[in-house]
Amino acid sequence: MAVYEQRYKRYAGPLTPEWSRFLIIPRHAYRGVFKSKLFTAFFVICFVPLLVEAILIYLHHNSNALGIMQLQVRELVPIDASFFQTFVNLQGGFAFFVALLVGPPLVSRDLRNNALPLYLCRPFSRTEYVLGKMSVLLILLSFITWIPQGLLFLFQSYLEGFGWFRENLWMLMAIFVGSVVWILLLALISQAVSALVKWRVIASGAILGIFFIPSVFAEFINLVFLTHWGHLMSLAALMRNISAGLFGTFTDTGGTIRLENFDGSFREIILREPPLWLNWGMLFLVCAICLGLLSKKVKAYEVVK
Amino acid sequence: MALPASLQQELTNPQTLNDPAVIDLLGLSIAFGGRPILKGLRGDLRGKAIGLLGPNGAGKTTLIHTLLGFYEPTAGSARIFGHDIVDQARQIKSLVGYMPERDAFIAQMSAVHFVRLMGELSGLPQEAALERAHEALFYVGLGEARYRKLETYSLGMKQLAKLAQAIVHGPRLLFLDEPTNGLDPPARLRMIKLIREIRDSGQANIVLSSHLLLDVEECCDEILILRDGQIAVYCNLEEERKSNRKFLMLETRGDQAKFVEALKELGCEYATSGDHRLKIVLQGGVEVRDLYELAAREQVQLRRLSYKRDSLEDIFLKAMENNHGSL
Repeated sequence: MAVYEQRYKRYAGPLTPEWSRFLIIPRHAYRGVFKSKLFTAFFVICFVPLLVEAILIYLHHNSNALGIMQLQVRELVPIDASFFQTFVNLQGGFAFFVALLVGPPLVSRDLRNNALPLYLCRPFSRTEYVLGKMSVLLILLSFITWIPQGLLFLFQSYLEGFGWFRENLWMLMAIFVGSVVWILLLALISQAVSALVKWRVIASGAILGIFFIPSVFAEFINLVFLTHWGHLMSLAALMRNISAGLFGTFTDTGGTIRLENFDGSFREIILREPPLWLNWGMLFLVCAICLGLLSKKVKAYEVVK
Repeated sequence: MALPASLQQELTNPQTLNDPAVIDLLGLSIAFGGRPILKGLRGDLRGKAIGLLGPNGAGKTTLIHTLLGFYEPTAGSARIFGHDIVDQARQIKSLVGYMPERDAFIAQMSAVHFVRLMGELSGLPQEAALERAHEALFYVGLGEARYRKLETYSLGMKQLAKLAQAIVHGPRLLFLDEPTNGLDPPARLRMIKLIREIRDSGQANIVLSSHLLLDVEECCDEILILRDGQIAVYCNLEEERKSNRKFLMLETRGDQAKFVEALKELGCEYATSGDHRLKIVLQGGVEVRDLYELAAREQVQLRRLSYKRDSLEDIFLKAMENNHGSL
C-alpha cells in the first residue's frame, strides 16, 4: 500500500516470530522513558556506586595506586560476601526508585485510555502483555543490579585468579538470585498497583506506601512483642533477610535486649528473626497476590455481572 | 468442554470446511453471571460488508467481543474463515482488525508511533510496520497530523486513528464498532467513504456494528439484526428490498375518483396524496397487469408506476415487531 496509491491492501510480507513479540513493549516504552532528561540523569547516577565498587576492587590489586593514595590494603574494605551484599542492597535501593519512576504509568496509561482491547485483539495474549510490561522494568533494573554486579564479580575473579572464582562462585549465584528476586518483586508490585490505580502520582504514592507503611507497623509489632517476627510484614526486611540468607550472613538471632525485673535484676531477651523459609513464603505470597490482581485487571473489557 | 453432537457434525461438515463463511455461528451462547446475553446464535455470514444492528443491549458488541476472543462462549462456538474462535483464537486475531466503539489509544504517543506499535504487535517487522503506519494514516486522511500526539486529536481524528490502527496490518476481516460515533457530517461522510472503499477493494470483509441505520444502509450488503440476544433477521439487503414489491406508487392523469373506486372493488388499500399520486398496497392475487387493465377500462393514464422499496428502517422495524410485537 504505497502512499500515492491510497488504496487498501492486505499485508503479505514476513511476520516476526510470536515468542519475541512481548519485547516490542519495552522497546517502545524506553523511547518514552529516556525522553525525560531528569530520569536519564538519575539513571546515570545509579551507576556511581558501581563505579566506586569497581575502584575498590581495582585498588585491592594495584599497590602502585595504593601507594600514591598512601593507603594500605588492610585499610580498605575486604572483598568478600559482605562487600558484594552491601552493594547488591545499595543497588536494590536505586532499583526501587527507578521502579517508582517508570512503573506506575505502564499499565494505568493503557487502562485509562481503554488501550487494552487494542493489544488483545491482536495475536498477543494477556500473559504476553503482562510479560511485556514487566520486561520494561526487569530489563531496565537488570542493567543497574545483577548485570554490573556480575561483571564486577568477574572483574574481581580476573584480578584474584581462578581459584578465588571457583571458591566464591556461590556468591555470583547469590548476586543473581538476590537481585532478580528483588527486581521481580518491584516489577510485580508496580504493575499490580499500576493496574489498580489509574493516576500516576497516586500509584507512585501507593508503591511507596506498600513498602514503607508495613515497615512502620512491623517495627511497632517488634517493639510491643519483643520479637523480630514483625519483619514478615515488611517487604524491605523480607528482602534483607533473604539477601542475607543467600550471602550466608543470615542469623535467626536479630539481637538481644536487657530488661530490668521488679526486683532490680536484669534479664536478656533474644530477638528472633522469622526463619528463612517463612521469609521466602511471604515473598511468594505477595507475588501471588500481585499476579492475581494483574490477572483480574488485565482484560480487554471488564464484565459487569 | 465437550461439544454437542449436532455441533460436532457442523464442525466436521466437509462442505463448510471447503468454503468457509466469513463468520459461522454454531449455536453461540454467552452468559454473564448466569444472565444470557447471546442465545444460541446460528448462521453463516458471507457478505462483503455485514451490518450488525439491534436495539441497545441486543448483544451486538458482545457478539463482536466474543468473536475477537475477549469472552469465552458459554455454549456453542463460532468460526471465522473456518477457524474456531476458542481453539484457534490466535490465528483469528492475526486475520482481523478491530476498531472499538469507545476512545482507545495510548497517551503521549504520536499517531504514527501508536499505529506502528499496533502493526508490530500484529507481527509486522519494524520497518514494514513503520512504512504501513505512515500509509494507513495517509489513507485515512491523517497524513499531515501523523506526528501529533493522540491526546491532542479531535474526536473525529481519534476515530480515524482507530481505523488506521485497525487496518495497519491489512486484515482480512474488519470489525468496526460504531465507527461514525460522535462525528460531524463531513467527518461521517469521510468515514463512510473509507469503509466503502475498503469493502469495494475486495481485500477485506467488514462487520459494521452501528445504531445508525443510514450508515449500515450505505456500507453493507448484508444485515444481521439482533434482538434480545437472538437473531431476528439475517438477510441480503438488496434481496430483502426486492422481495417486498407489494407497495406501489402511481402517478395518474384522468378521472382518479373512478379509478380509486375500481381499486377498492379489487380489494386494494390505497392512499391519495394529491397531485394525481396514489399509494397502493396490492392484495393477494392482484398483479400489476390488473392495474393496467383497470386503468385502460377507466380511461386513466398511468404516467408513473414504481415499487417503493423497503428502507432498512422498515426491515429493522418489521424485524422488531415480528419477534416481539413491540420495541
